[in-house]
Amino acid sequence: MNKTLNNGLLFVFLLLLQVFVLNNIKFSGFINPYLYIAFVFLYPLKENRFAFLFLSFLLGLCIDFFSDSGGIHAFSTLCIAYLRLFFVKIYFRKLPADYPFFNLRSEAFGKVFNYVVTLTVIHHLIYFSFINFSFQNITMVLLNTLYSSIFTLILFFSGTYIFTKSQ
Amino acid sequence: MQQIIYFFQKFKYFLFFIFLEIIALAFTFNNLNFQKSKFINSANSITGGIYSTISNTSEYFNLKEQNALLAEENNRLKNLLQKQNSIVNTADSIVIDSLKYYQKYIYTVAKINKNEYSKAFNFLLINKGSNQGIGKEMAVINSKGIIGITENTSSGYTRVQSILNRNSKINARLKNNFYFGTLQWDGKDYNTVQLHDIPRQAPLKIGDTIETGGKSTIFPEGIPIGTISKINQRNTVDNKVDITLFNDMSNLGYVYVIKSLDKTEIRTLQATENE
Repeated sequence: MNKTLNNGLLFVFLLLLQVFVLNNIKFSGFINPYLYIAFVFLYPLKENRFAFLFLSFLLGLCIDFFSDSGGIHAFSTLCIAYLRLFFVKIYFRKLPADYPFFNLRSEAFGKVFNYVVTLTVIHHLIYFSFINFSFQNITMVLLNTLYSSIFTLILFFSGTYIFTKSQ
Repeated sequence: MQQIIYFFQKFKYFLFFIFLEIIALAFTFNNLNFQKSKFINSANSITGGIYSTISNTSEYFNLKEQNALLAEENNRLKNLLQKQNSIVNTADSIVIDSLKYYQKYIYTVAKINKNEYSKAFNFLLINKGSNQGIGKEMAVINSKGIIGITENTSSGYTRVQSILNRNSKINARLKNNFYFGTLQWDGKDYNTVQLHDIPRQAPLKIGDTIETGGKSTIFPEGIPIGTISKINQRNTVDNKVDITLFNDMSNLGYVYVIKSLDKTEIRTLQATENE
């Protein structure tokens, strides 16, 4: 019960943080961090996978409601939510039996870094390609992906650093 | 049958994933379509209400600029009034018949609750809706120039398609003559828009003013847009001109929504002509 409540609070917190704070940053005109995808990294592996996929979809859709972007956030978030297990297998070499005990904090930093960077870049690439929706400004898409990914990653790692220290 | 059940068992997560992705794609495509965007937008009572609370507090930070803007507009309108007076006073035989007076447009003031300018398809949210008589396809301007076209209304809020939206196409012309073209945006710089299909014989100079042409039923004639900043020297099919906007689209406060009273009349006339 406590775990469910925790996940619910994480959902609401990330949604509000993204919509009211991070969407207004617009560093040098267009660079925004998309920290809400931390939900995908932090949601425990042992929980029901249907619930996880649906919650990621819902989180993306809620952010779409606020930022007038159709279903783009929902699409890209759901995509990394589905691919998560695949990258857990690749980077951490885990078997399905290990999933209940899997915790991002107890893993080596290098592996976690690779895992988070891959998923963030995939998410941002899908998001910016759909936002642009044409092949005209392909360099803009790539640049946006690069800058925003760096921004998101800095926020994510500093955030996890701070929260693990306080415990 | 056994095979089918086994198939569903094996790929249940993948099928669920595909199902949700299709829903998300449907929302995305609907949102890009000007006529159909209904489901996912910020003009509903929940998101609209939250945005209006936020903008009520953040409004105080740029009161000074908004005041300056209003004073500037007042100044311009007063000058216009003086000019009108002088014309009326010098020609003593003008008869103003109040019965023949015919109003073409209704203006409504609204406040922008949410502004965006960094994407390829930008939308604004204003705090007036169908309760205040605002509907689809009305012009949105402020004292400096054009801003966009209303798109989706709820009872209290309206979503506006900004001119910084790749779907936006607005009729525009030069101020000093009647050559016209289509105003579009290429999605790069939020201070620059492009004027397409302007005739090649049109005398263009850098610094010329561009305004709305009045050939669409949405915008009244003569609303300022911007000045020409770059002319394409090569003779391409699509004669493209860069225009620097008068408006700073990243810093908008109050706007006017213009309702055209002649719209249905013009539309029915055009519809019969096409038959």
